[in-house]
Amino acid sequence: MIGQIGRRLMATIPVMGVVAIAVFALLHITPGDPAVIIAGDYATSDDIARIRAKLGLNEPFVTQVGIWLGRIVRGDLGTSIFSGLPVSTLIRQRTEATIGLTLFAMLISVGVGVPLGVLAAWKKASLVDRLVMLFAVSGFSMPVFWLGFLLVYVFAISMHWLPVQGYRPLADGVWPFLRHLILPAVTLSVVYMALIARMTRASMLGVLSEDFIRTAFAKGLAPRRVLIHHALKNASLPVVTIIGIGFALLIGGAVVTESVFALPGLGRLTVDAIIRRDYPVIQGVILVVSGVYVLINLVVDVLYVVLDPRIRY
Amino acid sequence: MADLSRRHFIAGAAAVAATASAGLPAVHAQKRGGTMRFVPHADLKVLDPIWTTAYITRNHCYLIYDTLFGTDQNLQIKPQMVDKWSSANKGMKWSFTLRDGLKWHDGQPVVAEDAVESIKRWSKRDPLGKLLAAHTARIAAQDKKTFTLELAQPFGLVLEALGKPSSNVPFVMPARIAATPDSEQIKETIGSGPFRFVKDEWQPGNQVVYVRNPDYVPRNDAPSGSTGGKKVNLDRVVWKYIPDPATAAAALEAGEVDWYEQPSIDIAVRLEGNKDIMVAIQDPRGTQGWIRPNHLQPPFNNKKARQALLYMVDQEKYLQAALGQPKYYRTCPAVFTCGGPFETGAGAVKQDVNKAKQLLKDSGYDGKPVVVLDPTDIPLTHGAALVSRELMTQVGFNVDLQAMDWSTVVARRAKKDPPAQGGWNVLFTWWIASDVINPAVHAGISGAGSSAWFGWPENGRIEELKIQWARATDKAAQKQIAEEIQKVALDEVMYVPFGQWVSPTAFRKSMQGFLQFPAPVFWSVSIA
Amino acid sequence: MALSPPVAADFALPAPAARAGALDTARRALLRHPTLIAGALTLVVILVAGVLAPLWWTGDPLEMKPAVRLRPPSAERWFGSDNFGRDIYTRTLYGSRISLTVGAAVSTLSLVLGTTLGLVVGFYRRLDMIAMRVMDGLMAIPAILLALALMALMKASVQNVIIALLIPEIPRVVRLTRASVLSLREHLMVEGARALGARTPRILARYVLPGLVAPLIVQGTYIAASAILFEAYLSFLGAGTPPHIPSWGNIMAEGRAYVQLAFWIILFPGIFLAATVLAINLVGDGLRDLLNVR
Repeated sequence: MIGQIGRRLMATIPVMGVVAIAVFALLHITPGDPAVIIAGDYATSDDIARIRAKLGLNEPFVTQVGIWLGRIVRGDLGTSIFSGLPVSTLIRQRTEATIGLTLFAMLISVGVGVPLGVLAAWKKASLVDRLVMLFAVSGFSMPVFWLGFLLVYVFAISMHWLPVQGYRPLADGVWPFLRHLILPAVTLSVVYMALIARMTRASMLGVLSEDFIRTAFAKGLAPRRVLIHHALKNASLPVVTIIGIGFALLIGGAVVTESVFALPGLGRLTVDAIIRRDYPVIQGVILVVSGVYVLINLVVDVLYVVLDPRIRY
Repeated sequence: MADLSRRHFIAGAAAVAATASAGLPAVHAQKRGGTMRFVPHADLKVLDPIWTTAYITRNHCYLIYDTLFGTDQNLQIKPQMVDKWSSANKGMKWSFTLRDGLKWHDGQPVVAEDAVESIKRWSKRDPLGKLLAAHTARIAAQDKKTFTLELAQPFGLVLEALGKPSSNVPFVMPARIAATPDSEQIKETIGSGPFRFVKDEWQPGNQVVYVRNPDYVPRNDAPSGSTGGKKVNLDRVVWKYIPDPATAAAALEAGEVDWYEQPSIDIAVRLEGNKDIMVAIQDPRGTQGWIRPNHLQPPFNNKKARQALLYMVDQEKYLQAALGQPKYYRTCPAVFTCGGPFETGAGAVKQDVNKAKQLLKDSGYDGKPVVVLDPTDIPLTHGAALVSRELMTQVGFNVDLQAMDWSTVVARRAKKDPPAQGGWNVLFTWWIASDVINPAVHAGISGAGSSAWFGWPENGRIEELKIQWARATDKAAQKQIAEEIQKVALDEVMYVPFGQWVSPTAFRKSMQGFLQFPAPVFWSVSIA
Repeated sequence: MALSPPVAADFALPAPAARAGALDTARRALLRHPTLIAGALTLVVILVAGVLAPLWWTGDPLEMKPAVRLRPPSAERWFGSDNFGRDIYTRTLYGSRISLTVGAAVSTLSLVLGTTLGLVVGFYRRLDMIAMRVMDGLMAIPAILLALALMALMKASVQNVIIALLIPEIPRVVRLTRASVLSLREHLMVEGARALGARTPRILARYVLPGLVAPLIVQGTYIAASAILFEAYLSFLGAGTPPHIPSWGNIMAEGRAYVQLAFWIILFPGIFLAATVLAINLVGDGLRDLLNVR
């Protein structure tokens, strides 16, 4: 099994290589020119040309890629064109907020989505089932920022229960940290929750129709015990898979949520960098985020193998 | 109609100004300490004061740097870092002596050499600075506290240059940093101002942090504009960048921030009704909106086509769309702003769409698409762009309205290429009054062609007139020359002004000591 | 309705099986898949509203009337007006054109391109290695970041939004198709066909494609729903369709600053957007059940 895992790990390297080159290539066909923005309001074409040379923008494409890849391997993600700060510093400054938001959202989604899915599967085809599934699909279909504005309006502006915006680092205390993340996390979790509920329901339905479940009921075990200890355990595998897939959804939602709630996260960092054509930052963040995504999928695959003794690659 | 709105406007601005200053008790009665949370109008990107004219950089620099002279609320130049000065030989030789006790943030004393180097660096980029440099024979430090400036030709704006309030401001920095060539940005942020920049806590796109400079020795006079005693009451100032305007307003109302620099006018009107919040006018002199054509590329390389733009504009329509609330704006044909010392109606025209159509035809316009840059993230310019599209189409232009964000406009406006290859034909922008108030500072009336501000008009006559103005010694002569300049500027259509307005600022009533000045002032304020 | 006295024929029982026709099937379908029908109906309504927008008492979506800016919903302006005085009802209806076009275009194009690529890649092993690495790489980048980056390269236009949303979707379709091809390749039928001299394209068309139609259709509906949502996100972040062309996304983006002052600017397009996406998702679910796709 270690061999399997090792092989999977090796397979991720070419994938990341493709991501890296794709990201780099993408940004260099751009018509926008960071040299012009950096050069300032009074720059002459000479100034701009000099800045381009200094940034290495005039080198042939392949050379630029090579230089960049070389630095990445050494852990140097480059320097932001605009702030002059190292990209790794900028990423570090923003990671806590995004991780906090994403984990919190995932917790809520799983914590609410799984029970909802189980409930819907248990009461299949009843009104409860339909309502739960309708709620799930609606969550899936609503624009994240719309929901965000709605929640802010109700809970922050009208009722003053929660803050309107902003972020408190964990270092300032656990409660302030959580308090500022509640509304954004709930907003973000709704989409994910819907997916998890649907997946759980589908998976549970599959398991519930199996013979061993019927046996368990025949034995007289309490329904709750059957549901949770026997059915859910076996149904959890696909749910674990969806957690991996859902991560990409969460990142997308996080980008928009961070914008609405003014959270200093990686999503906003990327959007700002994209607008300003701050190449090093865009490349660095997309690389890091994709890397994390690939890693999560790897972990999910491994978990899959570990959890289900029947599967061998 | 214009008259009515003008009275309303000035009354409004005055009323607000009165209320704001009424909230300013004697400085020593204000509470000391605390952290101010401020929402700036943009994200701070560039730290070098001569590198960009962006106001956000200027505002940042006002916190950590100091200036030799400043401009007070009545547009008078007063000394700040300078203690005594004198001019001899009919204004051809000037001598300046610095105040005692000025220190850099790293503990070193401020010396005259620092001032000299800073002025030299500034004058390489700033238009007024360049004008000063062109008239200067020699500028040098005499000893640790004194430096002299000798002119080669008469120049009536020496103090105005050294005390220039807005972009670019001649901030003073250590000589070794000022020695950085003007083709590179400075790397250190050491100043002698009332606050220090906490670089470790700077998170671009999110927050900027400043702390009180305990070594700062303020002057003894009352603060006014960028002059007077900069006595700091706060311990920390945190700039929180909140790009979403509704979120920022809600944060102000919830007390999560103390001062919101530029709420949109609609939001400001709503905030006026909030009993915990004060809405004031940051700079009663106002802001001017521009429609700037590109003089290098067809069709606007033809004067008649440009004049078609001039005649199509109805300022009222622009202002309604761009700003929406009449009590904050007024129509104004004056290139040097209404309410300013050189206000004049010379050369101004009334809207005449038929004449515009005729002019366009006469120019031989070939119907090729005219690229209009529309920065949609700024409601002001977005509104102007939409109205322009409508009017230009009416007049007969084939309009290609391209939406983008402001940063992209900033990048694109520098391109002199044909529009089809990444250039542009029409852009919109705005300048605060201090930046357009007289011919010396006004970037838009430069006729220097390819080295002028984006748009690159070329006109030798206006350049001559500007030099005449700079050398004129009496007010009457200056006024007359300014009128002449406006006539040329409008006839050439260097740009079309689309109106004048004031921007509201909003802060919680727990903040006291608000001062009116184009940049937000953080000394003199305190949080209860 | 006859007024003559009843005759024996009136009391005859209806003939059984012969009567079970389309109507009966439809009725049974309705009872079994109410959400599918509801979703489909909603979609039709929105489609009609958009396509025939000028007929539904709308005005000019671009006309600015600053004198009536920021007015709440009323008898003259059903959905109120925005900060330029433009009518939100008109813009919302016209906006459905853009949003539906984007959804349909992204969906169709990604299906066509993805399927073609998937078929080719599934059949030619050498291409498979490289292509799948590239697809994996593209899928590793969160879709919205990829779309944003693509929009940053291009001028804002509906066409470019479609392209930017298309590219992140293709890898998934490729995967789907490829999986099908791989499993069917070794099937006896295909072996037999090849033995008989059938050429590859014919094999693909006759044996592989039919099995793909159902899952592709279902996938297509989900892609459409996702594309419509993403167009809104791109516009919200300032990288979407040009602002003077109303799309639900950019109407809401412009209304962002007015959440407290004029929430109707965000409310109505938001409702339409959510309803449309919901409808499409329901149709997708229903089709999946109906066509027995896993």
